This record gives sequence, C-alpha cells and structure tokens, in this order.
Amino acid sequence: MTTQTEPKDTQESIALSVRGLNFYYGDKQVLFDNTLDIARNRVTAFIGPSGCGKSTHIRTYNRMFELYKGHRAEGEILMDGINILDPKQIPALELRHRVGMIFQKPTPFPMSIFDNIAYGLRLHTNLGRKEIAERVEKALRGAALWDEVKDKLNQPGTALSGGQQQRLCIARALANEPEIMLMDEPCSALDPIATAKIEELIDELKRRLTIVIVTHNMQQAARVSDYTAYFYLGKLIEFGDTETIFTAPKKQETEDYITGRFG
Amino acid sequence: MRMQRRTWTNRLILFLSGSAGVLGLAMLVWILGDVAIKGSSAINWDFFTELPAPPGMDEGGLANAIVGTVIMTLAATMIAVPFGVMAGTWLSEFGRESRFGHAVRYVSDILVSAPSIVIGMFVYIIMVKTMGHFSGWAGAVALAIIMLPVVSRTTEEMLKLVPHELREAALALGAPYWKIMPQVIYRAAVSGMITGIMLAVARVAGETAPLLFTALNSPYWSESMNEPMANLTVTLFNYAMSPYDDWHAKAWGAAFIITLAVLVVTIFTRLLLRKRSKH
Amino acid sequence: MARSSVAKECDTDMKTSANKAWGDTLFKGMTLFFATGILILFIAILIALWHESAPAIDKFGLSFLTSTAWNPVKDEFGALIPMAGTILSTILAMLIAVPLSIGVALFLAELAPVWMRAPFGTAIELLAAIPSIVYGMWGLFVLAPIMADHVQPWLAEHLGFIPLFSGPQMGIGMLTAGLVLALMILPFIASVTRDVFLMVPQNLKEAAYGMGATTWEVVRDVMIPYGKKGIVGAVFLGMGRALGETMAVTFVIGNAYHLSWSLFAPGNSIASTLANEFTEADSDVYLASLMELGLVLFLLTFLVLGAAQLWLKRGIEGGGK
Repeated sequence: MTTQTEPKDTQESIALSVRGLNFYYGDKQVLFDNTLDIARNRVTAFIGPSGCGKSTHIRTYNRMFELYKGHRAEGEILMDGINILDPKQIPALELRHRVGMIFQKPTPFPMSIFDNIAYGLRLHTNLGRKEIAERVEKALRGAALWDEVKDKLNQPGTALSGGQQQRLCIARALANEPEIMLMDEPCSALDPIATAKIEELIDELKRRLTIVIVTHNMQQAARVSDYTAYFYLGKLIEFGDTETIFTAPKKQETEDYITGRFG
Repeated sequence: MRMQRRTWTNRLILFLSGSAGVLGLAMLVWILGDVAIKGSSAINWDFFTELPAPPGMDEGGLANAIVGTVIMTLAATMIAVPFGVMAGTWLSEFGRESRFGHAVRYVSDILVSAPSIVIGMFVYIIMVKTMGHFSGWAGAVALAIIMLPVVSRTTEEMLKLVPHELREAALALGAPYWKIMPQVIYRAAVSGMITGIMLAVARVAGETAPLLFTALNSPYWSESMNEPMANLTVTLFNYAMSPYDDWHAKAWGAAFIITLAVLVVTIFTRLLLRKRSKH
Repeated sequence: MARSSVAKECDTDMKTSANKAWGDTLFKGMTLFFATGILILFIAILIALWHESAPAIDKFGLSFLTSTAWNPVKDEFGALIPMAGTILSTILAMLIAVPLSIGVALFLAELAPVWMRAPFGTAIELLAAIPSIVYGMWGLFVLAPIMADHVQPWLAEHLGFIPLFSGPQMGIGMLTAGLVLALMILPFIASVTRDVFLMVPQNLKEAAYGMGATTWEVVRDVMIPYGKKGIVGAVFLGMGRALGETMAVTFVIGNAYHLSWSLFAPGNSIASTLANEFTEADSDVYLASLMELGLVLFLLTFLVLGAAQLWLKRGIEGGGK
C-alpha cells in the first residue's frame, strides 16, 4: 500500500473505484471506458460541456438509471469491495441509503419540513419519535438550516426560498447519514448568495463524507473541489488534483475548455 | 429484515395495482366486445332504411330513430353553440375577475355534471306541459341545455389561450372589439372551440334520460319537430326492457351504432386536436 | 371650403368612434346577456322543480324525506327508499371504482411497459365517452345473469352469514347496480387520476427514489400527496355523476320499494324511479312527488359537485403560491 502513487496523500483512502465504466441508452453508447478513483472525505468535481456524460456518469453511483428502460451500465464500481452496479451484491434501496443525491432543481417533497427530513429515517430505520426528532435537528444543523426553520418545522417544504429548499434537500440526504453525496449541478437554479452558502456547506460536509459534484461553473469547481475530472463526449479526458488541472493541464483539450476557448 | 419487508410490500402492491389495471381494462374490453359482436350481427340494410316492426317479425329497422337522433342533435347544436359561444366570450373577455363571472363559471361547472334526467324534467315543465304535448323541439332543447355549459366553458378556455398581445395588436390598429373578435380572436381559437363543440355533440348524442319526457319516442316518421320524435336511445331503452328476443337483438344493434358514432366523433376530434398541437 | 372639409372629416371621425363605442357596448351587452342566461337557467331549474312539487310539499311536508311509503293507489309518497337507493348504489360504486381507478391510473402512468401507456390511456379516455345506456344494457343482458348464476351463489355460500350477502339471487338488485355504476365511472376517474400522476415532476420522483424509496413508497409519499387535490376532485366529480346517473342504473336496480339489508335485493334510486314512472303519473300528487324527488336529486348532486368545485378551486390557488 505504501507504493501507491495516487491519491497524492497517503492518508487518503478510496471511497469509490470506477473501473471500465461503459453506459448505453438503448443501442447508443454514451460513456466509454471511464476509470477513476473517488477519494474519501474529499470533493471531486466533474466538469465538461453539456452532453459530455458527466451527469450520466454520476447517476450510475446510485443506479438512478435503473428507472429508465434501455439504460444500462457495464463495468465495475467498487465501494468497500462491493460492485455497486450489481443488484445481487447490493440492492438499489440500500445503495441509495448509503449514497445520497442532490438535484439541479430543489425537490422538497409535498410534506412538512420536518417530515421531509425524517423521510429517509422513517423508510430505513425503526427509530422512535424522540430519536427521529434529534436526528432531524442534527441534519438541519448539518445543512446550516436549523436557525432559519426551527420555528416552522410544520410548514410545507415548498414554502421555503429556493436556496433554503436546496439546503433542505441536503439536510434530507444527510439524515440518512450517507457515505457519499452526489450533487448534480446543485447551484444552477440558485442566486449567487444562495450558491455561496451551499459552497460553504460543501466545504464543511467533506469532513464527514465524500462529495462528487457535477458543475457547469468552472470557478465553482476550482473553489470547492480537491480533485477534478474533465469529461468530453463520454470519455474521461483528464483527472487529477484540482490545482494541477486548472493551472497545468496535461491535455490540450482540457486547457481549451478551462480557458474558455471552447464549450 | 426491514428492507426485505419493504421490498415485498412493494411487490405486493405493484402486483395488486397491476391486477386492478388489467381487471379494469379487461372489463371494459369485455363490454365493448359484447356490444361490437352482438350489435354488428343485428345490423343489416333494413336497419337503416325500414321503420320499426312489431315484435315477432324479423324485418323492420330503426331508420326513423336514427334520423330523429340526428335531427334533434343537430337542432340542439344550433341552439347551444351561439348561446354557449357568446356566454364563453363574456367569461373570457369581460368577466375574468368579476364576482359575477366566478358565479357563472361555478354554476356552469355544476351544470356540466348535473343529472341529465332533471334537465329532462325541467324541459317537460317549461315546454311539454305548456304546449300540451311531447315534441322533438322539447328533446332538442333538453339536449341543448346539456351542451350549453360544455360549449361555454371550452370557448372560454380556448379564448383565454389566445395571447393578449394579439388583442392589443388588433385594437392598436383602431378596430373596435366587436370587430376583432370574429376577425382575429375567434379565428385564432377556432379549432379548439370546434373540438369542444364536437365533444359536447358526442356526449348528447348518447343521452337518453333527457329525452324520456320531452321527445318521448315514436314508431313512425315524424312529420315535424312539433310531434313526439323517434330516437335511438329511448328506442334502445324500450326494446331492451321489452320481453321480446328480436327486440333485444335490435337494442344491441342500436347500442352498437350509438357507441360507434360516439367513438368516431371522439377519435376524430382527438386527431384534430393532435394535428393542431403539432403546428 | 377647406374649413368645411376639415369639419366634415372631424364629423365622420367622431361618428365612427361613437359607432365603435356603441358597437362595443352592444357586443359586451349581448355576451353578458347570454352569460347571465346560464345563471338564470340554473335558477329556473330550481324554481320550476320547486313550483311543480308544491302539491307534494303541501301534502307531506318534511315527512316526505323520511317516509318509506310509495303507493300510487292511495296517493301516498315518500322519498326515503329512492334516496337510500341512490346513496347506497353510489357508495357501492365508489367503493369498487375508486381503488380500481387508482390502480388503473398507476398502471397507466408508472407500471405498464412504455409502449402500452399511450394506447391504453387513450382507450380509457374513449371508454369515458361511451353513453351510460350502453353500460346499463350490458349490465342487464350480460352481467346480471352472471351475477345470478355465479357471483351471488358464491358470495352467499362464503359470506352468507353477513346479512348483506343473503337474500334472493336474481342477478338484478343493488349490488349489480353498484357494479355497473362503478364500471361506468371508472374510466372517468382513472383518466383524470392518470393525468394527475403524469403531472408529478420527474425530478421529484427521482429525488424520492434517490432517498432509497421503493416504487410504492414513491407513489404513497410523493405522487399521491402531490396530486391529492386533483384525485379527490376527480373522485367527487365521479360521485356527482354516479348520484344522478339514470340509464346505467335503471336497467339493473330492480325497481322495488322496500328497504333491505341484502345487497342482492332489488331496490330503487331517484333517477330510476323518475325514468320509470314519470310518464305514468296519473294524479297531481303523484307527479308532484316525482318533481320533488327530482328536486332532491338536483340538490344532492349540487351539494357534491359544488363541494368538488370549491375543493378544486382551492387547490389551484394553493398551487399558485
């Protein structure tokens, strides 16, 4: 193990190990032989032009693609030695319990703020009322939302502002105590102030869990991530620590995209 | 454990829902199949050209009833469409936010699903009783009352879909409102309005209850709409309730024709709508 | 010369603008007239029925609503049995149709293979357009014999200890009426509910799946609450239709005037009483009693449909926030 060259820090361990991932919409292949490691307790950003496959890639980590007919993944994604692409090794329900996801648009469920946060707990655990209330508070504090909503936990989640709704969704995912959190352009529907709050939160959260974030916003990737992967046309073009990618990319394509000459 | 229980609950409920889906659809296919099979075998050329025959005789048809239904439905359409279009125009153009507009809208929505037999009684009171006899006109009026709220509400909805800019552009040319309505706004909404009218026609063409005490029925050709008038649905009702097998067969034939006509109009209208939405 | 031509121009200008205003006033007035017509129509129905039922109201008063009498020979009439029949057949129909409709809607919106969804959805909408008399006739000729020969004997054998499932096995009666009514409103409720399910945003569903929920849990916790208002509205509208439905019921309810615990027993509903007896009424009180029945039915459906409209309106305003 001491001979390992990547990740850079020897204390880092690997949360997800993606090996030879191919993805198909029916007959059409959209991901080609993606191979990379996601470092535990770090933020990994996926960048690339629209349609490059970064969202498709991230949606294999919780097998969200299973909802759609004809969508299928090949290859291996190892999490603690389990191939999460194989339903026999881990059912989707358990996988999604351990891997949370935040979407582009905030998605508060049609229920109260409290019930939104408690949702995962009630699904997956047998916790009593008191414990649930404690975990809800913890999750809301974790998502820096507690002070704003503690007096209106019984109001519908949809009554919050857009930025608050997105943090509500983060808190809802946190309540499940996931190991990994996937974020699919979590700030693209938010204003700059709400975006700043989410970015702050991401920095805070990585102490506890692993974050993979898809973003269109290069500055955001540079600000929040430790590692960056650049995708183009379904291929992983370049992957490395963020500083290197943004200051000294090895590939010409990456440099073109980052400097805005393309995309 | 917990996850297994959830997974099995999920499977059980999906199975039940799938069964409900299949069962519901199967029942409906069953009904349609019966109507098609039993109905089509009762239909021949005489069915469309001959007058009804007494029970026990194989020949005879329902020509007068078919014609009566068509005439009364057309007459109802002629009454309901201008009335409904005007009312819908007011709701869309002048009465959007007013209290009175809300009241009219509310009442229309209730009338859309009001019991059609009560409409029949109402027309009996105002027309049959005062004139002293049943008549095709009374039947047409009853059907028109049922069509009216449907036509007025669809007209309103379709006119509301016409962008406000179009009205402003037309008015900016100096044209008065009463001129831009037919020249610009109705034109923009016409296919949607026709759809609404067709659906209303399809609905009343199969109505029975409002005709029972208005048009009544008749075994003969009607000389005018001032007399009781033969129609398919009431004939179907009388024949089906009768003890004669050959009348039962004719009732299936009538059911087949009504169903076919209603489905054809509905499908045609939907195709029209689809064509329009593709533009 | 010049002056007069200018004056003339002004004159015609004023004339046309006066014309315009006059035309618009007339146009607005005419449309308002017809819109008012709908309201007047509604009020006229109420007044006409009220006026015509006067002899019955005078003679029986409120006891009309609680009396089980229905005797044309003695001129004694009460609405209780037809009212009970209307409500019972509607409740039966709702009990059968609502779960089935939601099952059908779910099937069409979420479960069926994708290629099946559009054609089956269209089929359901077409079925909602089929005239109710066709359902009624099918009930009489096809369903009733099956009920009499197979369903009722089976129910009596296995559940006969409950009074609901004992009694004459004739095929015609309250149970069959409820069943036919259920089949008639099923396509309506199912197609509206399906539309409601289809309106649930995909990302909301994905988010629920993303929490590790099963399909059923997504339906129960997200789709049904999200579309609750629309579904309840559809159920109420379906109920309003069932209450006033005549032809689907008249064929199979049996037209008998007695109250019974048995669902097999023949009964009567307001609408079927009217359909069967209205043209036969030979005395003033008889006819007036039928008119009063019609009034009761109109008010009953008005209550249900009115509540449904209010509920739906509230839904729209709530969703607009």
